[in-house]
Amino acid sequence: MNLHLIVDVLPLLLEGMLLTAQLTAASVAIGLLIAVPLALLRTSPSFVFSYTILLYTFVFRGTPLLVQLFLIYYGAGQLEWIRSSAAWSILREPYWCALITFSLNNGAYTTEILRGGIRAVPSGEIEAAKALGMSYALRIRRIVLPAGFRLALPAYANEVVLMLKASSLASTITLMEMTGTARKIVAQTFSPYEVFIAAALIYLGFTFLIVHVFGRLERHMAKHQQRAGLKNNSRSRVRAAAKISAAQKVAP
Amino acid sequence: MTELQGFGDQIALGAFTTLRTACTSLVLGIGVGLCGALAKRSRVQIIRWLADCYTTLVRGVPELLIILILYFGGTVALTTMFGRYVEVDAFAAGVFALTIVFGAYATEVFRAAIQAVPSGQIEAAQALGLSKFWMWHLVILPQMWRYALPGLGNLWLTLLKDTALISVVGLEDLMRKTSIAAGSTHDPLTFYSIAAGLYLLFTSVSLIGLTWLERRSDRGVRFAK
Repeated sequence: MNLHLIVDVLPLLLEGMLLTAQLTAASVAIGLLIAVPLALLRTSPSFVFSYTILLYTFVFRGTPLLVQLFLIYYGAGQLEWIRSSAAWSILREPYWCALITFSLNNGAYTTEILRGGIRAVPSGEIEAAKALGMSYALRIRRIVLPAGFRLALPAYANEVVLMLKASSLASTITLMEMTGTARKIVAQTFSPYEVFIAAALIYLGFTFLIVHVFGRLERHMAKHQQRAGLKNNSRSRVRAAAKISAAQKVAP
Repeated sequence: MTELQGFGDQIALGAFTTLRTACTSLVLGIGVGLCGALAKRSRVQIIRWLADCYTTLVRGVPELLIILILYFGGTVALTTMFGRYVEVDAFAAGVFALTIVFGAYATEVFRAAIQAVPSGQIEAAQALGLSKFWMWHLVILPQMWRYALPGLGNLWLTLLKDTALISVVGLEDLMRKTSIAAGSTHDPLTFYSIAAGLYLLFTSVSLIGLTWLERRSDRGVRFAK
């Protein structure tokens, strides 16, 4: 184990980390934008919407991310109508291909997680909103989404960590994010332990950061429940978590 | 497109390797997971601490990086150990890496499942004078299996998809064979779509099997309603 080497490669890895962070943050943000309307439609009584979205989430959750990435990166260029359209200037770039794939993949998982949360919202709360004469849009904005998101938060935090880890796949399509940088350095120095372990530690720190931030967010969002007595609160949260995991069992 | 331009056999062979890798890792990973869960419940503090370190480390680092560490790191370690260049077999490295990853997640699933077994059951087993082995064999394992199954099913689906990552270090699995076919025929769209379809088939069949297993494990359990 060569400690000097770790110190030497750290700045290079941190440079890669910037791209990793950027890819993760952007994919999670776009994924959430995709997931919120889809999760609402997925829980809507409409048969057509629900099943069309199920098809999307099923395909993206049932195939490896690597296949999806290669399909978009290598496959899209094969279609003449894409090559001749304006989209080609985007799909030609590995960065955009990775971002599109990650966002769609993350969106699919997030849709199902949010769906679990939305379904776990107590029906009494929604009925109360109806009884108060709230319109559908107001109900969604004030009751369903905030309550559903709070219930889905633990599962969503896991999904964000998974997205961080999945962003390492971008290295397979030549992007120099952290794993890609680490592989390049290993190819030059041939000291896999030092470099890969340094990269692993940075990922680990990142994971802790995400877990910590979401832990704080969770506590922040549960503020109104804390006054009701801790014991009751924790029990109702366990019940809600069980409900979510039961709801998620339906699809892969 | 007859016979996938001659690549049909290769892809079938790759699909077989994918399933073989996943199944081997599943069996080994369940073993690791059970040991991990036992370690987390151990009375010895250092064993608990080691188990905590294992699950935290593995679950916080990308699977791809773990595979790279074990494959390239393993090659370097064996080379220095034997004094000549030894290359690690991609299948062995892949199964090893996936077992470690699966084991870490399975540890948490099993730990929760063991906790879900009512303590009265364990006390009853002790009251009957069952030895530790028979208590696990007759009382705890059959009951925790039911609680562990949904989580384990999700892990299996993840494992199945993670096998694609080993193609990066050269395992001749479905993903790798597809890449070769896509590269030499200049038809990535068709071939990656076929690969996606095959993975989807595997996950769908797994889901049907898991639903059956879950229903089977629920027999003999009374539900309210």
